[in-house]
This record gives sequence, C-alpha cells and structure tokens, in this order.
Amino acid sequence: MDDDDRVFRALADPTRRHLLDQLFERDGRTLTELESELEMTRFGVMKHLRVLEDAGLVVSRRSGREKLHFLNPVPIRLIHDRWIGKYTERRISALANLKTELEESA
Amino acid sequence: MTTMTRETTQVYSVFIRATPEQVWDGITKPEFTARYFYGSVIDSTYEPGSPYTGWSADRSKHYVDGEVIEADRPRKLVTTWRAMYDPETAAEPYSRVTWEIEPAGENVTKLTVIHDELDTAPKTAANVAGGWSYVLSGLKTLLETGKPLG
Repeated sequence: MDDDDRVFRALADPTRRHLLDQLFERDGRTLTELESELEMTRFGVMKHLRVLEDAGLVVSRRSGREKLHFLNPVPIRLIHDRWIGKYTERRISALANLKTELEESA
Repeated sequence: MTTMTRETTQVYSVFIRATPEQVWDGITKPEFTARYFYGSVIDSTYEPGSPYTGWSADRSKHYVDGEVIEADRPRKLVTTWRAMYDPETAAEPYSRVTWEIEPAGENVTKLTVIHDELDTAPKTAANVAGGWSYVLSGLKTLLETGKPLG
C-alpha cells in the first residue's frame, strides 16, 4: 500500500472523517477528549486514530503526561496537488476560455 | 513540548524521499527556498542569536522576520517567526517555528514543522494555517523531482 492508498483508505470512513473535523475545530486533543464526543468504545476510537496516524493525517505528541493528537493536513494537500488540482484546473480553464470567447464575440 | 498551549499549536509532518542532509539544505539554502517557499529567499548564518530573514526574490520586500534559537544540522532548527508581508501579522508578537528532521528508513526522512507560541498571534495563526501544507508539499516535490510544484 503506498502513501496515497493509506490516505484514501483512512478518509473512507465517516468516524475517521469526524475525528479529523473534531481536530480541525480544536487541535491538540487527548484520546479521552476525542472519545467523549463519539458513541464508541475507547478501543474503537484508538483503532481509528491508529489508521489516521498510519496515513499521517494525525500526529501525536507528548506534552507532560498527556498524549495530544494534532491534525496534519499535509497528506490532504499532497492528494489535492496530485489528484484534485490536476482535474479541476482543466475544467476551470475551459470555463475561463468560454468566458473569454463569449465576451470577445459580444 | 511541556509548555505548549495545545489549542494554538500547529503540527505539520511529511515523509520525503531524501536524506536528512538534503532536507536540511532544502530548508536553509536560499536557492532552494526560493523555489517552494512562496518565492522567498531565506537568509541566515544559522548560528543561535543570528537573524533569520525571509525576502522576496529580489530582496526588495521583507516577508519573514525572526531569530535563530537552535540550529543542529541536520536534525533540528528552531527560530522565532513574525510574518511581515501583512501589516496585521507584522504587528503581532513573535511566534516560534521548529523544524524536526528524523531519518525514517533508507533515503526517507520525516520532516515535522511545529508552529507554536501563537497564543498572542491569532492573525499569524490563521494566516499560516494553510500555508505550511503548501510549503511542505512544495519542498517534498522539489527534493523528490528536482522541480517546483506545477
């Protein structure tokens, strides 16, 4: 499995996307804090966090006795640069060309 | 990380197919930074206490103002950070940027950027939030392909 596979796989789950949104709202949370907003066992949340960490979407760091989880948006940016920008820009430039042509012929 | 205020700490991480020395050069040499860091050239001698300054390519505009706190080639670079390209961020106090470089396998390096001490610099925090992803994506592409992001 390459890096992109891990990211797409991690994102293909509503609980994991919810965890990312939680960290987007407020970053640097403990497992206990993340767990409190989900109807799921602690073990279940840990499993999802591990998939997110393996994909690089979540980075955990120690602060004193606490383990804090941070959203890492870089893999999403890499997916954007590789997979999204490429296909959306062509469409945008086609629309831009259409606009220029219509305005020139008007 | 014992003093960090977690809500305002930002963490960015990327794996790069390059050696730690190549990643260090990518971060510290102006001829590299100009190609992925929003076009900015970064000047510093990388000695603790020396200035860390980002300029536009022709050095006419001042983009980043800071000071080197710690420089341990090719493992760690810590600087203070004030974004000068926007009057609102330029008016805020200095925050802190830490670059951590760790070997992560043969010719693979993990680079982590921690931007913290942003408690009193909310405009800077909001301003850099998308920027670091762009910068690290660009650095990865440059080091792995020799070309800037298309």
